[in-house]
Amino acid sequence: MFSFEEFLNLPLIWGGFLALAILLYVILDGFDLGVGILYPFAPSDDCRSRAMNSVAPFWDGNETWLVLGGGGMFAAFPLAYAIIMPALYVPIIMMLVFLIFRGIAFELRFKATGIGRKFWDYSFHFGSLGAAVFQGLILGGFVQGISVEGRSFAGGAFDWLTAFSMMTALGVVTGYALLGATWLNMKTTDKTQIWARKCADYLLIFVGFFMGLVCLWVPFLDTEMHQRWFQAPFIYYVWPIPLLTGALYIGLIVSLIREKEVAPFLFSIGLFIMGYVGLAISLWPYIVPHTVTVDQAAAAPESLSLMLIGAVIMLPVILSYTAYCYYVFRGKVGHEPLY
Amino acid sequence: MEFLGSLDPILLARIQFAFTVSFHIIFPAFTIGLASWLAVVEGCWLKTKKPVYKEIYKLWVKIFAVAFGLGVVSGVVMSFQFGTNWSVFSDRTGNVLGPLLAYEVLTAFFLEGSFLGIMLFGWGRVSDKMHFVSTVVVAIGTLFSAFWILAANSWMHTPQGFEMRSDGILYPLNWLEIIFNPSFPYRFSHMVTGAYLTTAFTVGGIGAWYIWRKKFKAHGKVMLGMAMIMAVLVAPLQLFIGDLHGLNTLKHQPVKIAAMEGNWEHERSMPLTVFAIPDEEAETNHMALEIPKLGSFVLTHDWEGEVPTLKEFAKEDRPPVIPVFYAFRVMVSIGMLMILTGVFALILHFRKKLFETKWFLLWCMALTPSGFIAILAGWFVTEIGRQPWVAYGIIRTSEAASPVLGEYVALSLMAFIVAYTIIFGSGTYYILKLLAKGPNVDEAPLGVHQKKDGKLKEAKT
Repeated sequence: MFSFEEFLNLPLIWGGFLALAILLYVILDGFDLGVGILYPFAPSDDCRSRAMNSVAPFWDGNETWLVLGGGGMFAAFPLAYAIIMPALYVPIIMMLVFLIFRGIAFELRFKATGIGRKFWDYSFHFGSLGAAVFQGLILGGFVQGISVEGRSFAGGAFDWLTAFSMMTALGVVTGYALLGATWLNMKTTDKTQIWARKCADYLLIFVGFFMGLVCLWVPFLDTEMHQRWFQAPFIYYVWPIPLLTGALYIGLIVSLIREKEVAPFLFSIGLFIMGYVGLAISLWPYIVPHTVTVDQAAAAPESLSLMLIGAVIMLPVILSYTAYCYYVFRGKVGHEPLY
Repeated sequence: MEFLGSLDPILLARIQFAFTVSFHIIFPAFTIGLASWLAVVEGCWLKTKKPVYKEIYKLWVKIFAVAFGLGVVSGVVMSFQFGTNWSVFSDRTGNVLGPLLAYEVLTAFFLEGSFLGIMLFGWGRVSDKMHFVSTVVVAIGTLFSAFWILAANSWMHTPQGFEMRSDGILYPLNWLEIIFNPSFPYRFSHMVTGAYLTTAFTVGGIGAWYIWRKKFKAHGKVMLGMAMIMAVLVAPLQLFIGDLHGLNTLKHQPVKIAAMEGNWEHERSMPLTVFAIPDEEAETNHMALEIPKLGSFVLTHDWEGEVPTLKEFAKEDRPPVIPVFYAFRVMVSIGMLMILTGVFALILHFRKKLFETKWFLLWCMALTPSGFIAILAGWFVTEIGRQPWVAYGIIRTSEAASPVLGEYVALSLMAFIVAYTIIFGSGTYYILKLLAKGPNVDEAPLGVHQKKDGKLKEAKT
């Protein structure tokens, strides 16, 4: 049996891969969930059609990153998967149910008329909104910590529901909406674009507020996290993060004022990446916060080695054909049914 | 809540998994066959440029989209269910099964999810050839996906290539042994062939309906004709593969065979039980209709051959007999009907009456959903037949569940039932509506594509 254990830190690499998969999910599905959150507020039915058309070719591939997140955690960190999934049972099931209604709305909305179409419009909106809310609650419940005994979850069914997790839920919803608004600003024209830009202006304020709040709150959840942000030697390495985040935020404001098309979307993605990196720094090396580390939860080195071969070959391939698909569907969208 | 709390969480978790996975399997089973068939249809169009092929493609790709969407949303649920409901199983087998599932996501899901966009919306944005390539890529993706998930599933039936250490966790020893475990080649070919037949009978049934309605007759003929080629060639092949799969099960999971045959005590010269009412309390069959010695002959190719009996195994090691016994009969009967369809089709074809024979059109219409029923029945046989084990001979189902209270499992089960009923109902409704509407023959004439700038341009062809 081959294993790369001797010359590679496999848990570290896989921790990185998993973090990357979840980050890509958050960004990619983030903008299409965001479009769903803003959807009913669009000025007309044609605008709604355009909004949906702008994400229809991509949502499937985007959601696959979630499957990679779930499946990848099972494969690379089975112990973490076995603890986190039961701990977050209720919000995960709720997220899945909302995702079901939202995903299927893509296929059925254009085939329906009258009341059926209304139903799928709402299904798309509430599905996206609900999925985002519960993803935020999952994030909060995860970051604040999970009680563990032996190799199992040992807390209550609603441990995840706290003031902190409700705040992260609001943060995620407004953050996704910002990604969605800046995406629409890039992919649409005229009325829809003006509306999307206005949405982005408002959302900017909320996102700034919630990101600031999380930044202030997280270091006080746990002494170890506190040390990481405010004490030497860590502080020498982490100080660029808040600075860079601030710079991106200002860049976003400026690009929106100047009515740029692509830049606001890229700045929003940048903001998400910074928030994500910040959280990752706070949590490292834990994969179940404050109890189980990446090393403890890692699968057998033979398993991680086999998967590493697959990931090293396949991830570049996946990223290139994903990029190709975005390239094929570049440019602005219309409101006609796409097929 | 008190009533819900008194329910057995393991039973509930089993029902939930059975419900979500049964719901899920319908769609991949359909899309595996449909993707390959669409690739063939598009290939025919590229070669002959006959509009009928493109119109058929454009109709069925919409059906494909709905079925694929239902498959994706119910599949995302599956990737979380192992953890939410079967965390102990995940923890103990993660080293072995995790990589197989990871490879499924990496090699199949992204491929399908990304190129589906081009397949559905790419007309006019990519060349016809590139569009065809996308269809082929999606079809290959569905087969990759089947490969990995069936490798993982087969390993749960015939586990090998691992060791269990003192912590109760399984560690891999040999990947080739794990992936190509003894039941995998049979299960994989049986399932893919089953998926192809399912699609063939669905497409054929709809084709028959079009001919019957005297609307879209040309399309109906292509659909029914292609389906009947599958019925003639593949349905008998499936019988052969199924037989090999059964012999493999006999070797590795004898008690499952005993349950399938409803064989309580015939150690030799087992009859073939056509029908019976198995009684698990009294350990016998009521109202049995039997053909003497045939059962032994089918399984061992010897009239006196030795076969496993249920009584050889302790009660706690037997699977539930009744569902396995009946599901097996449902699957085999449908398989026989499919073979019979192929025979009829061949006779009618040589009499040049394949598309004019009314009773045969009705027959094909009646068999439209038969493949789905057969696939579900087949999975019931193999999965219920694996009980009481989750990984055969290693981990019992009763020790694999998550530490989640019964009432939450019950509530989430209800949520899934409600959600799936709504999406399945509406998905089926729109699929039937699209099929009833039929292919769009009034589209822009052949060779004209809507370009990105919205102007109509003559293509080179």
